[in-house]
Amino acid sequence: MRAVGRICGQLATVKACSGADPIRVGRSYEGVGKSFGALKAVTDINLIVNEGEFITLVGPSGCGKSTLLNMAAGIFAPTEGKVFYRGAPVSAFNRKVGYMTQSDHLLHWRTVAGNIAVPLEIAGMTKAQIRERIAELLDLVGLRGFGDNYPNELSGGMRKRCALARLLAYDPETLLFDEPFAALDAQLRLKMQVEVRRIATQLRKSILFVTHDLDEAVALADRCAIFTSRPGTIREVLDIPLPRDRDLFHLRHNQHYIDLTARLWDEMAPAISAEEH
Amino acid sequence: MKMILGRFAILAAILGFWEFASGRFMEPYLISTPSKIMTTFWAWLMDGRIFFHAGITALEAVAGFILGAAVGMTLGILLGRAEKLAELLNPFIMGFYSIPKIALAPLFIIWFGIGLEMKILLTATIVFFLVFLNTYTGVRSVSPELVNILRLMGANERHVLRKVVVPSAIVWVFTGLRLSVPYAMIGAIVGEMIAANRGLGYLLSHASAQFNTAGVFAALFAIITLSVLMNTAVGIVAKYAMPWEKAQKKREVSI
Repeated sequence: MRAVGRICGQLATVKACSGADPIRVGRSYEGVGKSFGALKAVTDINLIVNEGEFITLVGPSGCGKSTLLNMAAGIFAPTEGKVFYRGAPVSAFNRKVGYMTQSDHLLHWRTVAGNIAVPLEIAGMTKAQIRERIAELLDLVGLRGFGDNYPNELSGGMRKRCALARLLAYDPETLLFDEPFAALDAQLRLKMQVEVRRIATQLRKSILFVTHDLDEAVALADRCAIFTSRPGTIREVLDIPLPRDRDLFHLRHNQHYIDLTARLWDEMAPAISAEEH
Repeated sequence: MKMILGRFAILAAILGFWEFASGRFMEPYLISTPSKIMTTFWAWLMDGRIFFHAGITALEAVAGFILGAAVGMTLGILLGRAEKLAELLNPFIMGFYSIPKIALAPLFIIWFGIGLEMKILLTATIVFFLVFLNTYTGVRSVSPELVNILRLMGANERHVLRKVVVPSAIVWVFTGLRLSVPYAMIGAIVGEMIAANRGLGYLLSHASAQFNTAGVFAALFAIITLSVLMNTAVGIVAKYAMPWEKAQKKREVSI
């Protein structure tokens, strides 16, 4: 089967994708498929990510959502189809994107400030520039005053904030999240969701966010892509017509939100119950 | 404080019983007495003999330790990053590892004579494997996910090495170093016992050859002291090299 997959990343400017195809604004996956040996992880994926858009990816375990992120990052290449970023095929290690996983991967031998400094040091910034940027980022993620602490002195939520600051430090246009808050308790998770939503809007980042949490998938997203089970493909992309500056703390009472989560649940339930067997 | 008093009480009880038992239950030439041992040790301390011999042993152990650790760390990091090469060399490394290193002493005597070099190299060989295997494990345990995250930040291989691989291997390196201290002493002491005319190992075997039991125990006491000092030194260096570990209990890994 020939699959055509295209992950459309976001273009910086809509102008950049002038031409016959006005939809293709950012990163696109065109008929993308990826196999690991005989195992087919994803197949026939077409997704276009627009500039500044927050897309959540949901689906049963092992359906290849993470594979999609890895392909967007250029960590591995699709076996079928193509992944484009701003019109150009993604090559190894796409530095326009930042990646955050469930494990925060902080360097435990560096302080919070030291961790945030890593991408800045790699970029070759001067000490003074780095110090200034770190102060800015600590403020942004709400960690002011914790720069000299070691990660093992921080709570789970603060570690996430630190990882987020490090991720934002080198200013990637697109952020890839792979269940970053799965290990947090419900309250902390909500707080971090608010932070991510706020920062994404404020800094105009485009976001691909993999999650298992259907509430999270609706609460955060502008659009939500639903995957089928392996070999995964996108069954449907739900538009989430919640306002851009939504109040995550009070979504529980929003009728749109209630309807959408119920709808998403109905979509997912057959796949989830099938997973049991 | 109570703990320390308790320890002193245990020590006093053992020494007291030893002193009492010697000549009553056991022949004094077999176990000597704590008082005689102290006298011998004090005499050696006064005529400076103990410092001379301990200095030689310490020199051999420390030099061998540093040489072995440096080579072990370098190769551990190198092979840890070069997966294919490590796989290729694996049977040879494990083959060498399985030799009791002391069995190499006769060969080293032929190659390097009976001077300090032989003991330093024997010690280095022992320390090398412990540090090498620990460093290698440490480097291999670096999460590929973390490396990818750094790559996306624009890191090249040198950045990955300097910012992630080496620092995260350090914990393992120090585990290897701690394990190595007693083994470094084995290298130096056994080397001296086999062929030497100075060092604590020589002092030990010399006293034994003359049936000077008190001397044997005094030499053992000196060896214990030197080992404890070296262990403490590694501990202090580790503390400075890993400030983030301050509160954390270190997990010991043996191989």
